[in-house]
Amino acid sequence: MSRLSNIPLTGWIGMALIAANAILFLFGPMLAPFGQEEIVGMPFDMPQPGHPLGFDQNGRDMLSRLLYGAQMSIGISLAAVCLSFAVGVPLGILAAIRGGWLDLVLSRVVDTVMSIPVLISALVVLQALGSSLPVLIVTIALLDSTRVFRLARLVAQGINVMEYAEVARLRGEGLGWMIRREILPNALPPLVAEFGMRFCFTFLFVAGLSYLGLGVQPPFADWGGMVRDNQQGILYGLYAPLFPAAAIALVTIGVNLTVDWLLAGHTTVQGDNR
Amino acid sequence: MSDILRIRDLRVATAEGVELLHGVSLDLEKGEILGLIGESGAGKSTIGLASMGYGRGGCRITGGTIELAGKDLASASRPEREAVRGARIAYVAQSAAAAFNPAHRLERQIIEGPLRHGLMTAPEARAWMIELFTALGLPEPETFGRRYPHQVSGGQLQRAMVAMAMSCKPDILVLDEPTTALDVTTQIEVLLLLRETIRKYGTSALYITHDLAVIAQVADRLMVLRHGAEVETGTTEQILSAPREEYTQRLVSERQASLNAEAGAHHRTGEEILRVDHVSAAYGRTPVLHDVDLSVKRGETVAIVGESGSGKSTLARLVSGLLAPSAGQVRFDGEALPESYRKRSPDLLRRIQLIYQLPDVALNPRQTVGETIGRPLETFRGLKGRAQRNEVARLLEMIGLPVEMAARLPGALSGGQKQRVCIARALAAEPDLMICDEVTSALDPLVAEDILRLLRKLQDELGMTYLFITHDLSVVRRLADRTVVMQKGRIVEEADTATLFEAPRDPYTRRLLDSVPQLDRGWLDKVLAARAS
Repeated sequence: MSRLSNIPLTGWIGMALIAANAILFLFGPMLAPFGQEEIVGMPFDMPQPGHPLGFDQNGRDMLSRLLYGAQMSIGISLAAVCLSFAVGVPLGILAAIRGGWLDLVLSRVVDTVMSIPVLISALVVLQALGSSLPVLIVTIALLDSTRVFRLARLVAQGINVMEYAEVARLRGEGLGWMIRREILPNALPPLVAEFGMRFCFTFLFVAGLSYLGLGVQPPFADWGGMVRDNQQGILYGLYAPLFPAAAIALVTIGVNLTVDWLLAGHTTVQGDNR
Repeated sequence: MSDILRIRDLRVATAEGVELLHGVSLDLEKGEILGLIGESGAGKSTIGLASMGYGRGGCRITGGTIELAGKDLASASRPEREAVRGARIAYVAQSAAAAFNPAHRLERQIIEGPLRHGLMTAPEARAWMIELFTALGLPEPETFGRRYPHQVSGGQLQRAMVAMAMSCKPDILVLDEPTTALDVTTQIEVLLLLRETIRKYGTSALYITHDLAVIAQVADRLMVLRHGAEVETGTTEQILSAPREEYTQRLVSERQASLNAEAGAHHRTGEEILRVDHVSAAYGRTPVLHDVDLSVKRGETVAIVGESGSGKSTLARLVSGLLAPSAGQVRFDGEALPESYRKRSPDLLRRIQLIYQLPDVALNPRQTVGETIGRPLETFRGLKGRAQRNEVARLLEMIGLPVEMAARLPGALSGGQKQRVCIARALAAEPDLMICDEVTSALDPLVAEDILRLLRKLQDELGMTYLFITHDLSVVRRLADRTVVMQKGRIVEEADTATLFEAPRDPYTRRLLDSVPQLDRGWLDKVLAARAS
C-alpha cells in the first residue's frame, strides 16, 4: 500500500469523514444530550442554546436524534453489506472454480433476481414479512449479494485460469485452500473497493426505504426516516430536514472519496505481479 | 550534416522520478539502420519512443535534445510533436495483433495516417498502400486491405503494420522487436521483406531487439545498451567480431556458443518412464494432436520442438492431466495414467511436475517464496515447521538463491529469480518427470543461459528426466538427448539430437533448422541465394 505522504487530500478528507462517522456509530447515543423519543420543545422550533440543531416535527431534539440515528443507519448498512459479502464472495468464487452446472444454476438464479429492480423486490418482501430489523437487514443483504456474487465470480474466474492456480490444482489442493490461499488474497483489491461502494449504495437504499416508510420503524431514529418525517418543514423554509440529509451526504461522500483513492492505481486485478 | 536524427544526452524518468535513461546520445544517418540491443530494462524501447518525443505510461523526458532534421522534439510543443509522429517518424510494435483495431479493416487503419496528416488524398494513399503491400510481399495487394486483422496470419499482420508505419513515407522507422513474436520460419520472411522495403525507399531505422543474430542481418551499426546507458557503439562487423566491452563480449560469446555448441547430450538412461501411445486430442471439435507416439526414458531429456500451433503445449497438458485425449493412452512408469489430474493419486501428482513459460503468472503474488516452496513439501512429503524451513533453505541453495529470499514476495524478484523459484517448487515434490514448457523463452539471453545451466546441473546431480517443450532450437541443441519435431499436431521427425541437427530427414525439420538466424552478417543473403537456386 502507498506510504502516508502519497495519500492525496481527498483521501484524507474521506478517511476523516469515515472516522467521524465511526465515532458517531460507536458513541452516538452516549453523546446525545436527550433521549431519541424525548419531547423537549416545540415542533420545528429554531436552533437555540442547548439545542444547536433545533427540533424535529414532534419537538424532539434534532442533534440527539441524529446521534441515535447514526447507530441505526450505519449499523444496518454495515450489517447488510457484511452479510451480503459473506454470502456473495464464497458463492462467487465457488461458482468460478467448480464451473459446470453449479455455476449455471447459481448464475441464472442471480440473473433472475437481478432482473427485478431491487426496490420492488425489497418492497414486496418487506410488505409480506413486515419491517423488522432482522428482516430488513437480511432482505437487503440477500438482494445485494447478487451483485457481490457477480463481481467475485468474475474476478475469481480470471485468477482461476492463472498458472499458479493450475499448479495448486495439479498439487491436489482442496476447495478450502483454493479459495482461502490462492484466489481470495488476489481478489481482495477489487472486492475491498466494491465493499466501500456497496456500503454507500446500501446506506442510500436504507434511507430510501425509510423514506417510503418500510425501513426503520418509529420511534427509532434513522437518518433516512428523519428526512421523511421532517419533509414538510421544507415547505416552511425550515432547516430541520436538511440536517439528516447532510449527514447521509457526508457519509456517502466520505466513503466514495476513500474508495476512489484506494482504487486509483490498484485497478489491475488477478494478481498481476509484473 | 546528413544526420536525420540526432539525440544528445537523453534522460527519461518515470512519474515517480526513477531515471530510466541516463544520458544516451546517438546519431542516425539518412538511409541507415541502427540496431539497439540489450536485455529487458536496458532502455531500448524507451529510446525508441523518446525519439518520437513520446514517453510511455507517464514517463517524462527530463533532459537532453532529440533533433529530428534539425528541429528539437524534446522542447517542442505537443501539437508540434504530434505533427511529426507518424508523418516523419513512425513506430512498429512487437505485437501487431495488439496494435491493430480488430473492429476495422486494415485499409482504413493504414491510410488513416496520411489522411489525418493531410499528406495525401484518399486515392493517393490507397495507391501507395497497394505499392507497399506489393513490396512487402503480401498476397493480393489490391484487395488485401479489405480484410480484417483476424483474417490474416501473424506474419502478414506484422508486415501490414510495417505498411501502416510506412504509410506517410516517414524519414525514420522505429522497429521495436518486430519479429520477436513470430515463428522462426515466419521471422525470416518478415526480416527479409522488411530489409528490402527499408532499403528500397531509403528510410532510416532504429531497430530494437534482444537477439544479436537477428539484428546482425539488418543493421549497419549497433548500439549495445544496459541499465539505461550505452555500453558501446560500433559497426555491426566490429561488434560481432571484436567487441570492446566485457558485457558485449559476453552477449556475443553466449549467442555464438548457443549456435555452435556440440549438438546433443548423452545421459545414462534407464527404463521407459513415459509412453505416449498413439494419442489424439482436440479442443472442442478442433483436433490439435493426431496419433502422437512418444517415449521418454528415465534420466534423459527429450525435446519437443515446433512452431506455435504445432500442439507441443497441448502434449504437456495431456501428460499433466489438464486435457483428456480423444484417443490413445498415456502410460507412466508402466501403468496407464488416469486422464484427468483429479483422478490421479497424490503420489502420481507428485511424480510429474510442470514448469511454465511465464514465471510472473506461475507464482502466486500473495505468497512468499518460502510459502510457495513450502506448500508442496507439506502436501507431498508431509514436512512441517522446522523440517519444512530447513528443506526450503536447502532447495533455495540448490537453485542458487540466498536463503533470505524465502521471506520475499514474487513481486520483489527478477524474472530469472522467479523462474528459479518455480523450479524449486517443482523440485520440492521430488518428481520423476519434469515438463518444461518454454521455460526460457520469456527470459533475457544471459538469464536464460543461467536457467539452462541450472537445469543441466540438476539433471547431473539428481538424475532428473525432462520433457522439454520449446520453439528455440539453440536450447534443444545444447540440452536434449533426443528431439521430436512437431508440425500441425503430428510428429514429423524423431531422432537423436546430434543426428537431427546434422542430417535432418524431413523437409520441415530442414526448413526449421535453416531458419535459425546465424551470427553472421551474410546469413540472410545466403539463405536468399540458397532459395533462389
